[in-house]
Amino acid sequence: MTAGSTVELVKLRKAYGTTVAVDGIDLRIAAGSYCCLLGPSGCGKTSTLRMIAGHEDITDGDLLIGDSVVNDDPPAKRGTAMMFQSYALFPHLDCTDNVAFSLKMKGVAKDERRRRAQAMLELVDMGKYAARLPAQLSGGQQQRVALARALITQPGVLLLDEPLSALDPFLRVRMREELKRLHRDIGITFIHVTHSQTEAMALADLAVVMNQGRIEQAGPPRELFNRPRTAFVARFIGGHNVIDGSVIGGNGDCAVRTDRILLGDAELPTEIQVEGTVRALEYHGASVHLSLDVAGADEFAVVLDEARYFDAPVAVGDRVRAGWSQRDIHPLAS
Amino acid sequence: MNTTRRGLSFYLLAAFFALFVLFLYGPTATILVLSFQGPEGGLTFPMNGVSLHWFHNLFEQQAVGDFGGSFRRSIALGLMVMVLTVLFSVLAGFAFRRRFTGSGALFYLAVASLIVPSILVSLGIGLLFNILGLEPTWYGSALGAHLTWTLPFGLLIVFAIFNRFNPAYEEAARDLGASPWQTVRHVVLPILLPSLIGVGLFGFTLSYDEFARTLMTAGSFNTLPLEIYGMTTNVTTPVLYALGSLTTVFSFTVIGLFLLGLIALRRHRLRRAAAAG
Repeated sequence: MTAGSTVELVKLRKAYGTTVAVDGIDLRIAAGSYCCLLGPSGCGKTSTLRMIAGHEDITDGDLLIGDSVVNDDPPAKRGTAMMFQSYALFPHLDCTDNVAFSLKMKGVAKDERRRRAQAMLELVDMGKYAARLPAQLSGGQQQRVALARALITQPGVLLLDEPLSALDPFLRVRMREELKRLHRDIGITFIHVTHSQTEAMALADLAVVMNQGRIEQAGPPRELFNRPRTAFVARFIGGHNVIDGSVIGGNGDCAVRTDRILLGDAELPTEIQVEGTVRALEYHGASVHLSLDVAGADEFAVVLDEARYFDAPVAVGDRVRAGWSQRDIHPLAS
Repeated sequence: MNTTRRGLSFYLLAAFFALFVLFLYGPTATILVLSFQGPEGGLTFPMNGVSLHWFHNLFEQQAVGDFGGSFRRSIALGLMVMVLTVLFSVLAGFAFRRRFTGSGALFYLAVASLIVPSILVSLGIGLLFNILGLEPTWYGSALGAHLTWTLPFGLLIVFAIFNRFNPAYEEAARDLGASPWQTVRHVVLPILLPSLIGVGLFGFTLSYDEFARTLMTAGSFNTLPLEIYGMTTNVTTPVLYALGSLTTVFSFTVIGLFLLGLIALRRHRLRRAAAAG
């Protein structure tokens, strides 16, 4: 396999008429890293991926793959390969011919290309399904074939458009593990578009949260989770309460992790305390999730360890005090 | 209350549907039965014996009409219309996928011709050939007249086909290094093939039984519908019914063959898959 390539976006912009989908973003993705573009639908993540792939014209700015500007190169010349959301396996070709398609286009002899396709199918554990048609495969199997078909072009960058969204939840977790294993094994750059923060957390070296055509924050998942830059990132990544700072004697919005909050009476061992009413209550096994109505926050959630909750259970409608330490407060940029 | 009991509406609608089927196939069935009329039988019931006499008679020299020739001409014309309809509908379908200046107007112009009374189209084309001093022929002017009917239809069907076609297939092909022509040749056409066979069948049958558009444009040699029409006014024996039965059987055979072809195509693809799967 070829080594991965760096991908660099410089003031990359995409406009459809007067609608701006991607608003001049800058991003550098290191060679061999796993990058997740994350955001709600319409945030520009798919347009960004499609510009990198060469399936969407770049309105403005530059796209560098490796050391060269590839703005005007066709997809196959960029050293990228794309795995489509619905996999787009050719329904009239069996797995071998699907995987061998790019070799056939290049004029590789039949025996040679079938042999290489078979080897590639073995790599994704689909060797014994080589003669099946896509319609005869399950979603997970189709995905493996789509991966093999993309990888046989020996790309420096693999582009994945919501690769797991068509799978059921159980399979999604398994394919997530396999993507990670594959990434480790072949060492090329992966760029993966998703709207699931769980997926990004689980996979990415570099998670890029996008909103309205701009990058809200880019960094390792742990940094995003512990130091969200904006209220949008804090809400999107989840596990945070966004609170109006004036309520707790500060200014500007700030974030507090939902699992750092304790409930109780006056003797809470915490510096900051607010009062609220329990609106909803969910038992999740290891933890209990509570929603409180609290002044100064639209949503206020508390995640309590199961044992701690049942030491002093509360009911829906109860007035409770919630508290946390000063050091758990994370100020947000507006 | 018994919810499974069928109401009056069910029986009324069922009766209506039965009538519909009766009117649809009744006349054809009547002709089929009468074509087996005995040698002494006439054009109406009662049956005067049962025989294949009139089918024999069909292949002998007729006093009026040239059944064999008109049949061959209709098939040849149908095949030409079929090929041209598929070819140009698909090409137009590709063109219309990209919005170009005036594409909307052009589309309506093409489709609006469907509502022009067919006899007027026929008359106009016949007249035009006359004025230009050209000899109208079944393979020239009549071919053109048939295409005025099958091309807009073909175009509409191809639009529907392309609407359901997932453009991700083309992007995937491009991503894998296929040139535009390779994409069409190895991806788009094979995926659309079953639908295109349908377009072809449609073009053939529309042409095969077209009457009005052929009437003024066929020139000196008749196509089958014209021939049958001519025979209804001249021939007074059940040989007419034998001809009707035979052409109906032929139509069903053509449709059957197309369906078999489609099934064979699907089987072929599945068998290759099952062989090692």
